[in-house]
Amino acid sequence: MKTRNTEILVGTFVLLGFVALFFLALKAANLGNFSTEPTYAISARFDNIGGLKARAPVRSAGVTVGRVTAITLDPKTYQGVVSMDIRNGFQFPKDSSAKILTAGLLGDQYVGLEPGAAEANLAAGATITQTQSALVLENLIGQMLFNMAADAGSTGGAKP
Amino acid sequence: MTAAIAHLGRFTLQVLRSLGHAAFFFIDLLRFSPAALRRFGLVVAQVHAIGNRSLIIIAASGLAVGFVLALQMYYALVTYGAAESLGLIVNLALVRELGPVVTALLFAGRAGTSLTAEIGLMKAGEQLAAMELMAIDPRARVLAPRFLAGIVSMPILALIFSAVGILGAYVVAVLLIGVDAGNFWSIMQDRVDVWRDLGNGIVKSAVFGLICTFVALYQGYETQATPEGVAHATTRTVVIASLGVLGMDFILTALMFSTP
Repeated sequence: MKTRNTEILVGTFVLLGFVALFFLALKAANLGNFSTEPTYAISARFDNIGGLKARAPVRSAGVTVGRVTAITLDPKTYQGVVSMDIRNGFQFPKDSSAKILTAGLLGDQYVGLEPGAAEANLAAGATITQTQSALVLENLIGQMLFNMAADAGSTGGAKP
Repeated sequence: MTAAIAHLGRFTLQVLRSLGHAAFFFIDLLRFSPAALRRFGLVVAQVHAIGNRSLIIIAASGLAVGFVLALQMYYALVTYGAAESLGLIVNLALVRELGPVVTALLFAGRAGTSLTAEIGLMKAGEQLAAMELMAIDPRARVLAPRFLAGIVSMPILALIFSAVGILGAYVVAVLLIGVDAGNFWSIMQDRVDVWRDLGNGIVKSAVFGLICTFVALYQGYETQATPEGVAHATTRTVVIASLGVLGMDFILTALMFSTP
């Protein structure tokens, strides 16, 4: 009887461990996000992908519709090619455009899909060419400084 | 001068000898472990002694750590308006580091010492010698089941520690302070990876369980068969196991999380 009690207690202990594991995996980690829903692959070409990473979300109107699967560089055009898996339930017109956006001021970057007006939808394997690159802070600051210098130069030249 | 050099040489040889001794002891434990699996009842009894009895202290510590982490992180994050990330930070801290490490330190103190004292007293009472006379290898009958039980119990305890800690953080952050519950969970789900964070944490805690149990068994088995000897061995178990866990944690963290 004593060994039976011990076995019950140890079984409870192991069960508690599994409960903790499921809680951590499903409620406190991303296992719940892995959907078995079928997806289709599309890609988009960007001049600059900024800090986008694989597994970043793809959103349309703020709703997550897919995930970035891979990011590579096209060796001919020197553009960044972002491959994405979009859930089958969401179809986008052929002339949709893609942007790289940032969640909040300091948040992670994600791909924003903006639907176009075409009748036909993006097929699996299609490439979006209408894109807007990520904002690179250094470029923005450089442009601002350049504009300021140009302004100063024009006003300085008109004065005398 | 020559005396000093001889002293150094003797010391080095001693260290090497004890390291080699420990290595052979480790190999013996591994060799006897499959046989212990066949007598599963022994392992179950040890999981009860090592795991079940550590449950209360592990759960209480996890809850306390979760409470305090949530409170501290809230004070730090609220100035940046990022209080919703609290759950994420608590989760990553617990699952990656604090869960395995603090559980291992508590485990060394709670279960390691009792293992060392138990086996040390068995040796002092010549029970181990009596077993050998009966042609039963005490390493197979006494040590190997405890070794396996330690390796099994430790990840379970660490998981419970992390889970209870996150629930504690939830109580403080959401129920007491009023952080939004939806954001608390969703940011966590968005940013914590099951394999990378949780999986590596489990691997870590299994390695720590191996270190703690091995050190405890070795110290108990090699103790001098006197009351002082057992006392010294128990102390050494806590010191060596804790330092081993902390050192190994750095190595494992560097290996697991080096690539972003």
